[in-house]
Amino acid sequence: MASHSHSEKHAHITTYKTYLIVWAALMVLTVITVYVSYVDFGTMNVVIAMAVASLKAALVALFFMHLKFEDSITWVFAIFPLGLLFLLITMTFVDTFTRVVVP
Amino acid sequence: MAEADIEQPHGHHMDPATEYSSSKLGMWLFLGTEILLFGGLFAAYAIFHARFPEMFYEQHLELNRTMGAINTCVLIFSSLTMAMGVSAIKLGRQKTAAILILITIICGLTFGVIKYFEYSAKFSHHIYPDTSIFFSLYFLMTGLHMIHVFIGLGILAVVFVLTLKGKFDAKYNTPIEMGGLYWHLVDLIWIYLFPLLYLIG
Amino acid sequence: MANHTIAHDVYVPFLEKKGFLSWILTTDHKRIGILYLVSTSLFFLAAGIIALLMRFELLTPASDFVDPHTYNVLFTLHGSIMVFFFIVPGLAASFGNFLIPLMIGARDVAFPKLNIASYWIYLLGTAILLVGLLKPADTGWTFYTPYSATTNTDVVLMTFGVFVLGFSSILTGLNFIVTTHKMRAPGMTWHRLPLFIWASYATSILQLLATPVVGITLLLLITERTLGVGFFDPAKGGDPILFQNFFWFYSHPAVYIMIIPAMGVISEIIPVFSRKPIFGYKAIAYSSLGIAFISFLVWAHHMFVSGISETAAMIFSFLTFLVAIPTAIKVFNWTATLYKGSIQLHSAMLYALGFIFLFTIGGLTGVFLGALAADVHLHDTYFVVAHMHYVMIGGTVMGFFGALHFWYPKWFGKMFNETVAKIAWFFVFVGFNVTFFPQFFLGVQGMPRRYASYPAEFESLMSLSTYGSWILGFGILVMVINLLSGLISGPKAPENPYNSLSLEWQIPSPPPHENFEEIPQVTDWTYGYGKKKELEV
Repeated sequence: MASHSHSEKHAHITTYKTYLIVWAALMVLTVITVYVSYVDFGTMNVVIAMAVASLKAALVALFFMHLKFEDSITWVFAIFPLGLLFLLITMTFVDTFTRVVVP
Repeated sequence: MAEADIEQPHGHHMDPATEYSSSKLGMWLFLGTEILLFGGLFAAYAIFHARFPEMFYEQHLELNRTMGAINTCVLIFSSLTMAMGVSAIKLGRQKTAAILILITIICGLTFGVIKYFEYSAKFSHHIYPDTSIFFSLYFLMTGLHMIHVFIGLGILAVVFVLTLKGKFDAKYNTPIEMGGLYWHLVDLIWIYLFPLLYLIG
Repeated sequence: MANHTIAHDVYVPFLEKKGFLSWILTTDHKRIGILYLVSTSLFFLAAGIIALLMRFELLTPASDFVDPHTYNVLFTLHGSIMVFFFIVPGLAASFGNFLIPLMIGARDVAFPKLNIASYWIYLLGTAILLVGLLKPADTGWTFYTPYSATTNTDVVLMTFGVFVLGFSSILTGLNFIVTTHKMRAPGMTWHRLPLFIWASYATSILQLLATPVVGITLLLLITERTLGVGFFDPAKGGDPILFQNFFWFYSHPAVYIMIIPAMGVISEIIPVFSRKPIFGYKAIAYSSLGIAFISFLVWAHHMFVSGISETAAMIFSFLTFLVAIPTAIKVFNWTATLYKGSIQLHSAMLYALGFIFLFTIGGLTGVFLGALAADVHLHDTYFVVAHMHYVMIGGTVMGFFGALHFWYPKWFGKMFNETVAKIAWFFVFVGFNVTFFPQFFLGVQGMPRRYASYPAEFESLMSLSTYGSWILGFGILVMVINLLSGLISGPKAPENPYNSLSLEWQIPSPPPHENFEEIPQVTDWTYGYGKKKELEV
């Protein structure tokens, strides 16, 4: 059985205080992203919105979902799907936008 | 996925620690598949946004930013209460955990109600999934997300009842944690849907 | 597992319990394996009979036995049943279920209830898809848009069936990954795992992470037909090739879901019947993961003539060649294992050798098709049909038959007639080659696939192929009869008929309900043949 340090991981309990801080950060980021959307940065709007969203998603995953305290295999299976998603989007993009006649 | 009482004639076939870490790994794997299920829609969004930027810009203005923002706050708050609920049960506080899960459920329902008003507003303006590529994406992405909200609410309702019945304590609380993970994923996907649809269009 | 104290004084084989409910409600991985084995085998035989009907139509150039529409229905049935009902769950779910816990020294998979639920979902999916197929359907198994979005056959029902089947596949993969991580016996380190486990693990990752993408693709196709969504409809600003991009993002890895478990089977059979340690254990193990990973990078090689961009086509053509590397690593290592071994030509070994020979042909012709310039000529011809069947029958089905003969004594506790098995193998092997080898020539000469009639100049090769299909069908018939009669009247199987060192052979045949009386302590890998242990036997 691959049993190592389960007990210690089982024991980890995040405090209410940590959660409240993370929540506050999420709210601040939400306000920022809504505010920024009213300002015209051109294409940078997309970049900023996605960067803020990813930051928020990271906070949710790391703290609310405890990813910060999980073992490496959980990390692998949390990140690998994102890599595949990236692959799906980029390669489909490459195909669609390098065609002689873009549909 | 996370039942403790696997009916084996010779008792448990796994010790509790292995069972807990197995359930957790299994849940993370499942969340990975959910990401890729939405992945097709995200990919479609990326491609069509790049092809029809004007359409996306003009039509996203039709969405109600305020309602979207309120819903974002509602979901993030529900994620907070859910996370706190997991901590509460791990500290053995059954009642607190039950209350926090109940708040989570109420938030989820609120989210659904607000979404219902948004959808009906769209329908009354004769905007349907076949109106345009943008609205197809809007309805499919939020619709698929809504289905996940309902599934999450179903799971949380079961978990809530079991918590009230005192089935969980500081030692055994895997279903609460798994339900929580699923609920956070619902939140996580919305975190992307909100800016993509309501803000940058 | 220290809390397991109840001693098994009486050995009760897992097959002992009788009755329909004891099967359909079981959580025993070995019984679930049998459920999958029986269902997938029945579908294999059904789709095989349909293939014989198609070949019979092609005996003469004219479309005289069935009309072209019926022919379309037949190849849609053949492809869909083979792909979705047989070959994806075939080895992965049946032998995966039976072998994974036995090989890693566990009492069951990590989530036994989820395991039987996956089987029910599989049945539900097959039922839904079958209704759609028999209505009948004419889209081919690939459901390409725009045809699938406009045809008046029931595409919605069929794609929903595939969606449900996908769920079963995902949950099975999830279960096996967690099982491999969490349920290994003490001492069963990753580098002591049997290679079938490595193969199953790689397959499970593909099942888990590729399937959701086809799920959403088919949901989009459903909304296209029901809600008027236009992602794949050029008239609404959509792009039909987008469907193909999404579809093959799953369906190319799915090809490896079909073949990797067979590679695992071969890695188990070859060392046992060569009485030699497997050559290049780590290379074979990691090449399974390598194939799984690369399979995500090559999907558009199915679409070179669909209208994708030249840039994308060149990138994908290049990436496709990468698959040849881990695949060749496996073939070289199997061959090196055979080298100077004391080879016993057991029927399972014959299938394994058949696999190496036929799969190599299938793989090498795949390189032709991966090459952009050649593919433009060969695409959608019989060359593709031949290539694909060399991989799927020459590879997967040979592996499936090999596994069936190899683990038969363990699974059922009976022996089959070895001589008849060898004769059956001969007919299968010869029949297969006579059926499909001529199709390479047909393809190069330009005969397109999926037609009920053809120009008279192709008649000799076409009818040769049809004669071959009769030999192949006869071989499979003999094999099935032999295996079934072994079940009824075969002699009792010993615990370990081949002197295998793998864990599943160290317990009674058939295994008891919870496999191991005591969870074994593993001290070595399972391929130490020809060494000390051999002398004791």
